[in-house]
Amino acid sequence: MVLNLEPISVERDLLAPGHRLCAGCAETIVVRQILHAVGEPVIVASSTGCLEVATSPYPYTSWRVPWIHSAFENAASTISGVETMYRALVKRGKIEDKGLKFVVFAGDGATYDIGLQFISGAMERGHRFLYVCLNNEAYMNTGIQRSSATPFGAWTTTSPVGKETPGKTQHRKDITAIFAAHNIPFVAQAAPHAWRDLMSKAKKAIAADGPSFINVIVPCQRGWRYAPGDTIELSRLAVDTCVWSLYEVVDGEWRLNYYPNPKKPVTDWLKSQGRFQHLLKPENKHVVDILQAEVDRQWTKLLERCKVS
Amino acid sequence: MTLQKVKGIPVALEGDRAVAEAMRQMNPDVVAAYPITPQTEIVMRFSDFVASGEVETEFIPVESEHASMSACIGASAAGGRVQTASSGAGIALMWEVLWVASGSRLPIVMHVVNRSLSAPLNIHCDHSDSIGMRDAGWVQLYDEDVQEAYDNAIQVVRIAEHPDVLLPTIHALDGFILGHSVERLEKLPDEAVTEFIGTYTPAYPLLDVEHPLSYGPMDLQDYFFEHKRQQAEAMVHALDVVAQVAEEYGDLTGRYHSLIEGYRLDDADFVTVMLGSTVGTAKCAVDLMREQGVKAGLLKIRCFRPFPAAAVAEALADRKAIAVLDRSLSFGAQINPLCLEVIGALYSHGFAPKLINYVYGLGGRDTVPAQICEIYQELVRIDREGVTGSVLRYLAVRD
Repeated sequence: MVLNLEPISVERDLLAPGHRLCAGCAETIVVRQILHAVGEPVIVASSTGCLEVATSPYPYTSWRVPWIHSAFENAASTISGVETMYRALVKRGKIEDKGLKFVVFAGDGATYDIGLQFISGAMERGHRFLYVCLNNEAYMNTGIQRSSATPFGAWTTTSPVGKETPGKTQHRKDITAIFAAHNIPFVAQAAPHAWRDLMSKAKKAIAADGPSFINVIVPCQRGWRYAPGDTIELSRLAVDTCVWSLYEVVDGEWRLNYYPNPKKPVTDWLKSQGRFQHLLKPENKHVVDILQAEVDRQWTKLLERCKVS
Repeated sequence: MTLQKVKGIPVALEGDRAVAEAMRQMNPDVVAAYPITPQTEIVMRFSDFVASGEVETEFIPVESEHASMSACIGASAAGGRVQTASSGAGIALMWEVLWVASGSRLPIVMHVVNRSLSAPLNIHCDHSDSIGMRDAGWVQLYDEDVQEAYDNAIQVVRIAEHPDVLLPTIHALDGFILGHSVERLEKLPDEAVTEFIGTYTPAYPLLDVEHPLSYGPMDLQDYFFEHKRQQAEAMVHALDVVAQVAEEYGDLTGRYHSLIEGYRLDDADFVTVMLGSTVGTAKCAVDLMREQGVKAGLLKIRCFRPFPAAAVAEALADRKAIAVLDRSLSFGAQINPLCLEVIGALYSHGFAPKLINYVYGLGGRDTVPAQICEIYQELVRIDREGVTGSVLRYLAVRD
């Protein structure tokens, strides 16, 4: 898919500046990239979370397109309703078919945890919408609590580092594979530094005849404990260490989009962020070994699924 | 609007089917619903109408009631007519988003088939579900019989969508007692329903991409309270609108049901107050008591939210003794929700008649005329002896 940066660079952003997200937050980068790729006319739904609170402090809004927020867990159901009403009114000749597109932006807490049932239901019913998970690997809006997207060993305020526990003691779940198992037309993982890959995926997703899902890693300088200027480098490092892989599942066919060479050790990833600092101590080497083994296992599994040898 | 009375079509239907039939005639743009006893018959029947093309509605077979209300919110904000139906635990699961629907001023209609709340598990009627959503900002009507379930199902659309109201609205019919009981009713011809509900033009459709709106913003200390104040005002407006819509519907059908209704009330000394299907049972008890020379009467509350306080106070002001019947229990309260409203209405209008509160019929426990006759006899005793005794009582329960 050809993506020309020049027209995009002068195109109006559908998310206006002046919002209240943190300096260095990857969420707006990803939202703007995706909305440039999707284009108008588009309707956006958000779950409760950083993006929602920072872009809609009444009486202000950063959204230049129709936008709806209902609650934390139900953005997929909400967009189901919006999309269905659109079809209903077009069918009854009450409004004109303008080829409206429907996009959800939700965090990992809303996607992996509290909203899982709602997304699953909406995907099974086959509503035509793109669901984007802005995955910063914890409940950042409430102040860095662990979610089921939080990686093994990470410090959060509800998986603290103490005498008994070295951060989170469970591996994260593979939500992207869970949604791929819904047999929807398009599922992918992406990252903001790989903007061309991300935007191509958004274009494919929105063109799909049915539900689509993109899980995007969004480095969070507050929650991951790094300098705000390093966001894009963190995104790149996540992919080069294989803690986050770029792939897509198109009509059930798994395709790898990036093969890091060399594949960097997970310690490079751990060293880059304050949330993993405790793991660098000698007494926690076994935790690092477990994490590396899991990253390798998941990477091998992905290569098998993508038939890459 | 002045309407010409139309000839009704007599049919025999269960309450759930009467509601589904009203939904077919209303032909909403979107229905999102989930099955739950004793409401299931409504979604089953309506699904048939969708499958057979008898409605143009897009039906969303959601995976839960929370999703049902969430999809209704999205669909209503998008800009069209939206309905759902639920019961008991389903309404409890919706609780969070009931408030989103009303706070976003979305005129969603929900047909409620009353069911108790677990635990212990019980699928039968009491009002814990709809009274439990008392403070969620929904207009609430209660149905006395299957005819009224049908009539209210149609009227609530007009109430919810009225520009002075714009609030989600329920009408509630007693599970099984009305929901699964066949009664004779008169339905309207399809075109009369179409004409009565008219067309809906949403003021702020999300689908209008030329005029982008942000729905459901973050709203903190500086504006939230004003928005809630406006919502409260909309509820006040609903009082007039419920009455006005009832009047128009009465012109159309000859059946006038307003905010409250009296039965043999004018000269009554002893009055029971209630809502729902027990009104019919109590009318029978009133007649029995009248035969015994007791001046018994009844006040039916059709509209519980907004509560028609002035009308209730006026209707009850000079009675010798009153019993308010609640089919839900507010654990630890001095009195229960309907009684609380009635006492509040009386007190704020300067009246303090002798009054007791009965909890009855929880979990579908039968309530029969003889039990209500006993209540009247108790009211007579209270008046004779001048001693009220315990205000809070339980009807027909083993101690």
